[in-house]
Formats: sequence, structure tokens, C-alpha cells
Amino acid sequence: MIAIIDYGLGNVSSVANMLKKVTQDKVVISGDHEVIEKATKLVLPGVGHFDQGMNNLGDRKLVPLLTRLIQEEGKPILGICLGMQLMCLRSEEGSAPGLGWINAEFKRFPAGSERKIPHMGWNWVRFVKDSQLTRYALPNSRFYFVHSYYCARNAPEDTLATCAYGPDFTAAFEHKNIYGVQFHPEKSHQFGLAIMRGFASFGE
Amino acid sequence: MNDSLLKPQLLRIIPCLLLHKGGLVKTTRFKSPVYVGDPINAVKIFSDKGADELLIIDIDATVDEREPHFESLRGICSQAFMPLCYGGGVKTIAQMEQLYALGFEKVSLSSAALERPELVREASKKFGAQSVVVTLDIKRSTFTKRFIVVSHRGKRKWTLDYIDAVQQFVKLGVGEIVINDVDRDGTMEGYDQALFRKAAQASPVPVVALGGAKDLADIEAVLTDGGASGAAAGSLFVFKGPHRAVLINYPERNF
Repeated sequence: MIAIIDYGLGNVSSVANMLKKVTQDKVVISGDHEVIEKATKLVLPGVGHFDQGMNNLGDRKLVPLLTRLIQEEGKPILGICLGMQLMCLRSEEGSAPGLGWINAEFKRFPAGSERKIPHMGWNWVRFVKDSQLTRYALPNSRFYFVHSYYCARNAPEDTLATCAYGPDFTAAFEHKNIYGVQFHPEKSHQFGLAIMRGFASFGE
Repeated sequence: MNDSLLKPQLLRIIPCLLLHKGGLVKTTRFKSPVYVGDPINAVKIFSDKGADELLIIDIDATVDEREPHFESLRGICSQAFMPLCYGGGVKTIAQMEQLYALGFEKVSLSSAALERPELVREASKKFGAQSVVVTLDIKRSTFTKRFIVVSHRGKRKWTLDYIDAVQQFVKLGVGEIVINDVDRDGTMEGYDQALFRKAAQASPVPVVALGGAKDLADIEAVLTDGGASGAAAGSLFVFKGPHRAVLINYPERNF
């Protein structure tokens, strides 16, 4: 059973819609501790502000539960957009510390003469290492990005994919059982479907 | 298809769908809505055709003083594997929250942003700038020949220059601005390139052009010379031919 964590922020329905297309496994949207505990895989979606995200997780007492499931029990988890950012140390967007599972931090895109902020639209991604997550990825993969803060620093061995918006930035990372994608696979047509298929088929 | 359209990777081509009494319609200069089809079906077709993103606007909600029809929007969201932006009758943070939960990436504020600009700041703080859009409906003033901001289906006029409006909302934390040319709506006479270019130059956030798109060359022009980050169109993607037969279409983007 794949549980999409409902913490009040994020397009959980869209994620569920796409996941259901790529797996026979049960897909549920839930903020309930028992359900999350029972899931074999977790998705942490998110659309919103970093501090709001950490607050919402805190209000629902999800932080200790998730930290145990992810760091001690090694449950696979996919963080999407804000979800990816929350898994890291911190973001310039807010003042709250992140979950700290990944050694990375997020900075705001510098304003450029030609570069509008947020980075909003379809962009290509370069996969830099092999991964179960990307094993079905289509050639010339492009995804929908919509963010003002980017992964500015992370352990190089964790980088799974890069994207260019001005300078290159980490568009996806992988660290043991933890996966994060800055883009929205659930809103990236067949390209995103391939990534979701990769995640849903772990362990098969 | 023109090769140069294939290169700009972040420049989006966005069908704009208008909701009216439960159906999809097209207007001309914001008047005379003509039924075009079922919204859920249209969204599915655009999704199947790989549309970059959709802009969905309920044209009655504000004028009728009612909320968005959340339940009928649920069906629309379930068919879209690309980003969706919703506008129409959105006035509160709670409504925005519901819309994001349904599956909209972005929510557009129009009359509410003009009536209470602080709402934009509050929404940006809570949901992040990238989720908050302001749509400015623009008409040409017959007296001063300048572009002015209007609302409530064009009936209410604001003494506000549209560039000032753009800059105000940028300061309040908006993530994207849609400039909607009321005078060219439904006419397919061509984008007013100067209108959009000026807005794009004045804005560090993405600007989307909407109103009057004539053909793909027009779209390409507004995305390149015009500096717009997105080109939205209604008629161009739902009508075909001189008799405006309904045919949902979208250019192929082969990358």
C-alpha cells in the first residue's frame, strides 16, 4: 500500500490519480498515523511555503513518526517539490529547520535580467546516475517545474538529476531509501508517469 | 510546424477554458458566450494532446457573487496530467486551500486582488508565490487611449494603470500575472504585442498573454519578441476555420 501523506498542503489528488495509473498496489491519501505506519511506500507531496509545511507536519505530530519510519526502518519515500525541500536541512524561504534527513539546503534563485522568478514551466532534466526511480524514464525527459527556491548544495553522490535555469541545479536526489524530485511528475504527462512507475515498482 | 517554436523550453502554450453554467464556452469581448462543449471532456483531450498547462476560468462566479463550484472542478482535475490554474469567484484563503487540495497548481485572483490587495500577500505567504496568480482584465479607455484595469466582466473600471497594477502585485508577492485583453477576446485578430511586451518588461515574475491570439506565428512572436513567459488562447484552440467549427486542437511539440 502506497500512502500519500496528507498534511494539508499539496495536490494529493493529482499525485493519487497518476500513481493509480501505474500500480496495482493500493494507493491511499492519509494523514492518519496508523495508515502511514502500515504503508510499504510513502509520498510526501507539497505545494506551498516551507515554514507552513514544517508547521503542518508538526501540528499533525508527523515528524517523529516519519523520521522513525524513514531513518530507522528505511521505508522508501518520494518527496515532491515542497516535499523534497522539507526533507532537507533548511530553506532560505523560511526560518524553520527542515526534517534534516538529507544534507542539502535550498536557496532562492537570484534575479537575473532574463530570468523570471519563479522557475515556472517545462524544462529538461539530465540524469546523472542510474536509479530504480528513473529506470523507465523517457529519452529527453522534461518535467513541469514551479518553484522559487532550488537545491543549492547537496552531497554530490546524492544527485540523481540536474536541470538548468541559469546555472545547473539539483532537480532530483537519491539517498538510500529517500528520493526527492523538484519537479511535479504528477503534472508532467508521460514523462512524469515514467518516474511514478519507477517509484511504484520498487522491490519488484 | 515552425521549428523555432520547438526551442523555447520554458515558454508555455496555454489553452484557456471558460466555464459558464456548467459548460465550456467562448465569448467575444467578454460577451455572448457560445457553448463549445463539456469541460471534463475538453480537459481530457488537452491532456491527451500533451498541453503544457491549462487556464480554467469560471466567468460567472464573481458577477453572480458565488463561490467556485468545487464539486464540478473535481472532475476536471482528475483528467489533467499537466498543471492547471483556476480563476473565478476566488475571494478567500480558505477557497484557495480547497482549490489546491482538488489538484490546481495555481489559483488566479482577479477582482478579489483589486478589492483587497492584501489577499495576494497573505496567499503568497501561505501557499508560496509560485501558487498565486493575478489576472488583470485590460480594456482600452476610449477617452485617454490608455490601458486600464477592469473587473466584473468588464463592467467595473478601476483608475489604475495596468503597469502600476503589475508592479503593485509583484511587490505583494504574486508568482505570475496574466494580462487579459478584453477588447480582443474571441476576435482572433492577433495579440496586441505592445500591450504584453510592456507588462513583461515591467515584471520580474512570469507574464502570460491572453486575448486575440490569431495563429501559431502570433504565439511565437509574443513568446520571443514579446517577452511573455506564456501564451494563452481560447478561440485558437477550440475553433477551426472561418465558420468557427468547434474542434479542440493543440500544436504538437515534439522535443
